[in-house]
Amino acid sequence: MTVTSLSLPSRLWLAWLSAFRILFDGRFAAKVAELRVATAAREPELSAAPSSHAQPSAEPEPSPSVAAPAARAVPVDGALQLLSLLQREGRFVDFVEQELGKFSDAEIGAAARLVHEGCRRALHAHARVVNVRSEVEGAALTLEQPSADVKLVGNVAGSAPFRGVLRHRGWRVEELTLPTSIGGHDPKLVAAAELELS
Amino acid sequence: MSAKLVVGIDLGTTHCALAVAPLAEPDAEARVEVVAIEQLVAPGALEKRALLPSFVYFAHDSEAALALPWDAERRFAVGELARARGAEAPQRVIASAKSWLSYGSVDRRAFALPLNAPADIEKISPVEASFRLLDHLNEAFRAARPADGDLSAQEVVLTVPASFDAGARDLTVEAALAAGFDQVTLLEEPQAALYAWIEQSGEGWRSHLRAGDRVLVIDIGGGTTDFSLIDAVEHDGALGLQRVAVGDHILLGGDNMDLALAHVVGQELAEQGKELDRFQVTALGHACRGAKEKLLSDPTLEQVAVVLPSRGSQLMGGAIRGELRQQQVQSYLLEGFFPRVAATELPRARPRAGLTQVGLPYASDPAITKHLAAFLAKHAFGNEAEARPPTAILFNGGVLKAVPLRSRLLETLNGWLTERGAAPARVLPGEDLDLAVARGAAYYGLVRHGRGLRIRGGTARAYYVGIESPMPALPGLEPPVAALCVAPFGMEEGTVAELPPQELFVVVGEPVSFRFFGSSTRRSDAAGSVLERWRSGELEELPPIELTLPAAGRAAGDVVAVQLQASITAVGTLKLEALARAPLAADERWQIELSVRHGGVASGA
Repeated sequence: MTVTSLSLPSRLWLAWLSAFRILFDGRFAAKVAELRVATAAREPELSAAPSSHAQPSAEPEPSPSVAAPAARAVPVDGALQLLSLLQREGRFVDFVEQELGKFSDAEIGAAARLVHEGCRRALHAHARVVNVRSEVEGAALTLEQPSADVKLVGNVAGSAPFRGVLRHRGWRVEELTLPTSIGGHDPKLVAAAELELS
Repeated sequence: MSAKLVVGIDLGTTHCALAVAPLAEPDAEARVEVVAIEQLVAPGALEKRALLPSFVYFAHDSEAALALPWDAERRFAVGELARARGAEAPQRVIASAKSWLSYGSVDRRAFALPLNAPADIEKISPVEASFRLLDHLNEAFRAARPADGDLSAQEVVLTVPASFDAGARDLTVEAALAAGFDQVTLLEEPQAALYAWIEQSGEGWRSHLRAGDRVLVIDIGGGTTDFSLIDAVEHDGALGLQRVAVGDHILLGGDNMDLALAHVVGQELAEQGKELDRFQVTALGHACRGAKEKLLSDPTLEQVAVVLPSRGSQLMGGAIRGELRQQQVQSYLLEGFFPRVAATELPRARPRAGLTQVGLPYASDPAITKHLAAFLAKHAFGNEAEARPPTAILFNGGVLKAVPLRSRLLETLNGWLTERGAAPARVLPGEDLDLAVARGAAYYGLVRHGRGLRIRGGTARAYYVGIESPMPALPGLEPPVAALCVAPFGMEEGTVAELPPQELFVVVGEPVSFRFFGSSTRRSDAAGSVLERWRSGELEELPPIELTLPAAGRAAGDVVAVQLQASITAVGTLKLEALARAPLAADERWQIELSVRHGGVASGA
């Protein structure tokens, strides 16, 4: 268990440093998800000395094929903590794992209310989630510059400015603080079985 | 070693909180900051939260260690995990240790909690339970701010209910000293709330309060309700604050309200043939709290569904569905706990049954407005010279986050004021009702260093010892008791009461127990006054006090004449000493034990 607790902080540390590295490599790098992945995965150890690599960020030259994109390791511990949190507070796994077929909408509705309330409470206590765009959905919107925050759908062609209708306001996690794992507890155990003694 | 920080600790009945402020920074801009407390929230899940639930859970042999970053082998847990386990395995959890601290009918150093613990648990006293909470705060602080080291190196301000008697204050300090807090000072919670308001308003507070104002602080927490009156007075041309009255200890709070609503919904479910087990009753309590908050924040809402999940992994099908209606919240919460009553209506006292289980002395009347009426009748609406109605009101405690409850209290109070021809009270806009006490305590730490305005007030009670008049024994008649005032009302920290001209006799080597009384209404008795009689309710009997003279230099069995002298320590606790009338050595004195168990059995301190 000590091995896990040692390697997790160092992984987080690397992820943290990598994020800064991306910032210093120019804003356009952030637009291309693949490039972001590639940059973060390829040279995390160089990022300790970022200042010498600082470049003016206004260079409008997206270069999407610097290296073959490599997938980042999924931070399993955080994902399991989130799952266990949603189960604890909102019975999330119970809900999703149960077959809906034989239940009436009223029964499903009653359960959904419970899951909604618990999961919402858990989410709000641990994350700050905001809309990417503040405009009303269905309103006309003009996008002056392409942006990674806004996905173009429909007749995707031509160049900026893009004129269209906002269909979804998007979500962005501004802050996230998840519980951390400690001790010999198996994080994969998102809910222990319960045995009631009388 | 001189402290770098002042630390405010709210050691609450249901939650604790921690705030710090730097001492080193030059005046004015020293900011108070809340420190999040790392704690287990579920097995193996660690989280930092602003509040630490005041619960202690003892692990069973079948469980893995409740590891913390600073202790891999721990067999108990403090905080959210302990609170959650309270529903699942209640016999292994200590809750409300603080209420037991102020409960004089048991030996608070020896009495064992949890009450109905199974045999494998080594039970602990309310003092030790409080120590565990404080110790956890200390450990979490060290982990959060390693550069600042230990809380024992800092100045600690620990809050207690204004209604805590001298014994309960002593025991709180005992728990703090056990946690290593050598530089600890006590502060009354309603005062802390007012300090938090001053801190938060900056210089603006002076425009809200003027000399002549009287602030009523109403503090309703999870487990207790506390009232205080604080006057704004002019001291040498500058504005000062003076605490003039505190209320009785009322074991009544938000938990009672949630329980009441859960009972109402549970009753309805039972009528529909849906029986709930213990786990579902607890879940119902939580669900009702959520529903209550929604209904209180939106009066147009007619009802909110209350759904209890089945306990198994099959969520749908087994769920029990009930509802909480706006009208129920109105009638049970508002009319039950905050009824509109006349200023003369006093809380109903329920005679105690002949046989009672050991349990906390919960308030027998749930109407907080009646308790408020009783408090104001004593201190604000009476005929005494000091009696004056409040002009401003400050709300504190998590319960009063609900606007309709605040409005009801204000409306009721203003009704009473108008009847008396007084102007309605203004509301002082407080924020952060859960954390204000900890913040205010840290701010008070700065005030003690001359960085702001200090609330004067001294002790909230006068203290008396009972003296039995010599008279022949008569069957069925207890000898009449006179009360000798040893400490007058309003003694300030670090002061000594005038030595009263009295003489008491103590047998060397044998414990002598005195009856002990407190009064929050008799303000003009000087040390040494003897009361032959007093009005009912004026004096409250406290746990007896005890003195044992060591035989050193005297023969066991000798009778020695002593005088009692009271002082208030720098910490803010009452110290009673016996001084020999004919000392064998210079300054011969013995400390008197406060908070001894009823019945006069000595506790092994």
